[in-house]
Amino acid sequence: MKTTGLITRRRAIAAGFTAAGGLLLTRFPKALPPTYGNLLRTADTLTYATHRALLPQQALVKEYTEHDLTSFPATGTTNPAVNDKAPLGSVYRRLHEGGFAGWSLTVDGRVATPRTFSLRDLKGLPARTQITRHTCEEGWTAIGQWTGVPLSAVLDAAGIMPTARFVVFYSYDDWVDSIDLLDALHPQTILAYGMNGRDLPVQHGAPVRLRVERQMGYKSMKYIHRIAVTDEFEDGGKKGNIQNGWAWYTGI
Amino acid sequence: MTDVLQDTRRATGHTRWVRIAHAIASVSVLTLAFSGFVILMAHPRLYWGDAGNDLTPALLELPISRNYLHRGYGQPVPFFVGAAAPVSANRTYDIFNQNGWARSLHFLAAWWLVVPGAAYMLTGVFGRHFRAHIWPARQDLAPHRIWREVADHLHLRVAAASGGPHYGVLQKTAYSLVLFGAAPLIVATGLTMSPAVTAAVPALLRVFGGYQSARTIHFFTFGALLLFVLVHIVMVVKSGFRRQIRAITVGE
Repeated sequence: MKTTGLITRRRAIAAGFTAAGGLLLTRFPKALPPTYGNLLRTADTLTYATHRALLPQQALVKEYTEHDLTSFPATGTTNPAVNDKAPLGSVYRRLHEGGFAGWSLTVDGRVATPRTFSLRDLKGLPARTQITRHTCEEGWTAIGQWTGVPLSAVLDAAGIMPTARFVVFYSYDDWVDSIDLLDALHPQTILAYGMNGRDLPVQHGAPVRLRVERQMGYKSMKYIHRIAVTDEFEDGGKKGNIQNGWAWYTGI
Repeated sequence: MTDVLQDTRRATGHTRWVRIAHAIASVSVLTLAFSGFVILMAHPRLYWGDAGNDLTPALLELPISRNYLHRGYGQPVPFFVGAAAPVSANRTYDIFNQNGWARSLHFLAAWWLVVPGAAYMLTGVFGRHFRAHIWPARQDLAPHRIWREVADHLHLRVAAASGGPHYGVLQKTAYSLVLFGAAPLIVATGLTMSPAVTAAVPALLRVFGGYQSARTIHFFTFGALLLFVLVHIVMVVKSGFRRQIRAITVGE
């Protein structure tokens, strides 16, 4: 009597897990970022796969009001021009001295028509303003108002190929990072040129920074100059997070 | 004198699944405590509400790393006109930050706690384990029994180990508080710190009063769990260390 009940319960649970597993598999991303055999990264990859499988794909983060704006530390690179030895540093210095009039954004890779956008071009596209919480992996948070163009509009203008899966960003502080298309096409993922009602300040990523609101702050790269669409995952090599010991997916 | 509680404690031993769950939980909780402390060292300041950072007042500052008291910012620049305007300031020193591995380790251990933990909870709820051994029974709650247990504990009269259930009412209460209070609370506040999760489940931010409130509650819940583990170890030692360790590992 008791044994029969136990088996039935076990069977029910096993059937439930099988059904759930089958349901989840169909929603798993086609390709997961490599873990390089690193045990730590397997957990990050599991988190990524779980978020993509279980969470609503285009859920919006909380937006705040102007009364909620807070002080905002500038950390990491606060001016790429300070690093004079780096070739990009001196390029950035000249652009900054010219009020970023000479700045342009290249969009290439797996796109129908590679494009370059001046700051003026970007400001000519439909803008989005959002007040969101910046969540730093260190543990602090700050609320800022960001104005910019949705990344999806810029990608649409170049026309991404059907095989495309990732978007890679290159910055003037010589950093390379990428996000998947789901985050890239998210309505709150913007290329911000304005902060708190003014032009984006140099210490916060002038002239244009990325905002990826569903991940930790370090994914919102500052000082962007190139965007490349790719079919395959690229880790950015020695300029990317993974080889520097940082997680690629930081939705947690 | 030591057999005061003997009448309520017949030895039934720990079942195998309880022993496995205990082993997994022990390792993952220790790993979570260690990695969590390293993460806290990167920003040893706690706040209430949604936002808090080095440029805003803290609820509590913990002297656990050189980042304590957050000295090392440049001249603050206000974003707006007015005395109370939020400011921006550049960080001017390298902080202690080992979150590259500590965060990933924390999440790896969290997966090991949450997935087997959920299986343990389901088995406990739908099996007879929680009702029979963990949840205080009606007769446990008779005032004279509670009073006798309290008196025994205050006099540090600890019954010799029986190697498993049945447990005393204070012991049951402590286990119940951990399983049905602290554990779900620390998981929920942990999830509230995930921007991807709160985009999908905004209610979490409302329930805990914001990201930083959740972080603060997460920390104090850890404190409560730490207190439990310390008392747990003292009780294990006082009731017969070798006997108890044998019972929870190899069984009997």
